[in-house]
Amino acid sequence: MAVVETIEVLTPGPLTTLQDLGRFGYGRYGVPPSGALDTFSLRAANLLVGNNENEACLEITMFGLRIRALRDVAIAVTGGDLRPFLNDTPLSMWTSLILKEGDTLSFRGMKDGCRSYLAVGGGFFLTEVMGSRSTNLSSGFGGLDGRPVKKGDIFTAHSPHPHLETEGRWFPQDLIPRYIREWRLRVIFGPQDDQFTEKAKTTFCNSPYQVNPQSNRTGIRMAGPIIERKPKVQESIISEGVIPGAIQVPGDGQPIIILVEIVTGGYRKIATVITADLPLLGQIKPGDTVTFEEISLDEAHEALREMEEKIKGFKEQISTSA
Amino acid sequence: MGDRSLLVELGDEISPEVNRRVMELSVILMENPIEGVIETVPAYRSLLIIYDPLKLDLVMIKTRMEDLQKKIGEIKIPEPKTLEIPVVYGGEYGPDMEWVSQYHNISVDGVIQLHTGTTYQVYMIGFMPGFPYMGELPEGLATPRRETPRTVIPQGSVAIAQRQTGIYPVESPGGWQILGRTPLKLFNPLHSPPTLLEMGDLVKFFSIGEKEFKQWQ
Repeated sequence: MAVVETIEVLTPGPLTTLQDLGRFGYGRYGVPPSGALDTFSLRAANLLVGNNENEACLEITMFGLRIRALRDVAIAVTGGDLRPFLNDTPLSMWTSLILKEGDTLSFRGMKDGCRSYLAVGGGFFLTEVMGSRSTNLSSGFGGLDGRPVKKGDIFTAHSPHPHLETEGRWFPQDLIPRYIREWRLRVIFGPQDDQFTEKAKTTFCNSPYQVNPQSNRTGIRMAGPIIERKPKVQESIISEGVIPGAIQVPGDGQPIIILVEIVTGGYRKIATVITADLPLLGQIKPGDTVTFEEISLDEAHEALREMEEKIKGFKEQISTSA
Repeated sequence: MGDRSLLVELGDEISPEVNRRVMELSVILMENPIEGVIETVPAYRSLLIIYDPLKLDLVMIKTRMEDLQKKIGEIKIPEPKTLEIPVVYGGEYGPDMEWVSQYHNISVDGVIQLHTGTTYQVYMIGFMPGFPYMGELPEGLATPRRETPRTVIPQGSVAIAQRQTGIYPVESPGGWQILGRTPLKLFNPLHSPPTLLEMGDLVKFFSIGEKEFKQWQ
């Protein structure tokens, strides 16, 4: 199999990185999962262009990425609507289409959501580090030597040609998530919810929290009514493992939703966002408001099964139409 | 925690005994893997187990873990490595040395003697890849964190906070008091294992000069 050049980066935007579904099994070494924040969109993008659903994609944050095709390639753009344009025409999202050699694709600004995912048929030819192609920016490894995409980067792929046949494949319209600016996230209380006051739990579930600009791939920081600890409960705890979606409350009583670039933490967690709602976390942007809704473990797992059914249904649709 | 992880707590304090139980349970789990477990994060006093809830339900994993916990104390865990770590103390390499020395009202040499005079146990690796949380620092060196965390701490910085000491594996922000810097590399993503230190290892620091530091690099 030959490795050929597929696309060239003309401008990178404020933050574009390569991510797959994440890096697992190295938590004991302090290595976080990294990976796409919105895994649903990443999986959909890959399936649209005929890739394995864990293939690396470009995760584009907010705006600004501009690329040029160096040969005909199949691509799909999913996730937040960052106003993608093919040359000078708005580009359709959630579908497989062909970039002809010389075509440019640009992301011109935020319409809905915060992050777009760009899959290229045949993927990105990259070395796996600890079993993943995801970029870990803080320690500088994975993806492109652990750095964001920059101007002049040229990507390569194994045999992109057969993927051209996926042209015109659509992700079912009714399965595409809606990105709003007022989010309702479903949570399970714990593991330290008993160390907050009863009033704090009510406050937490009944108040809108506004997302701060200091948010990044490590956490979504929010401001709103203070979540109070019980009297005599200290600000920090003995550090322990954390998972993406865990909502920690530092001394100032303002919640932070932990994302994918950290594996341990030393603050109390009042609740954790359910697995089925994790992809949405990648689309929350500064200025948005978030409210939390408590649900049961069974309901959480049912929601996850529903999400997996969507992906499974799409996969079956692809295999029967092929 | 949430709908896909279990936090197994093996004590409520920082101590070598509690930490050893965590280590043992972590080894037991590695030797008796449970289908559907995606990740484990051992820490001071807890073991976090992340699993795929579509493959494993909470009751099942809880029962399995309770069974495995019974084996704590019955197994032999690998002998810990003992590492000696060179450090240039003070000056530009240890910007908080003066403050720490004044805080405790002891000389800089006194601080170095206290810091190099103890063998530390690696309780966990966390915060960032390869960062070892080690204890216990002699009581005479127990120091609060900096009131204002630094935005940039150089790679290899050896720091203390409360009764713990740690090493920043790569440049990062942080709030611990920096005493010095080691030329050793604590994290290499291409090595297996990727970290110089692992949970349970024993560490002793020794003082070197700036010239030796540069030779080491």
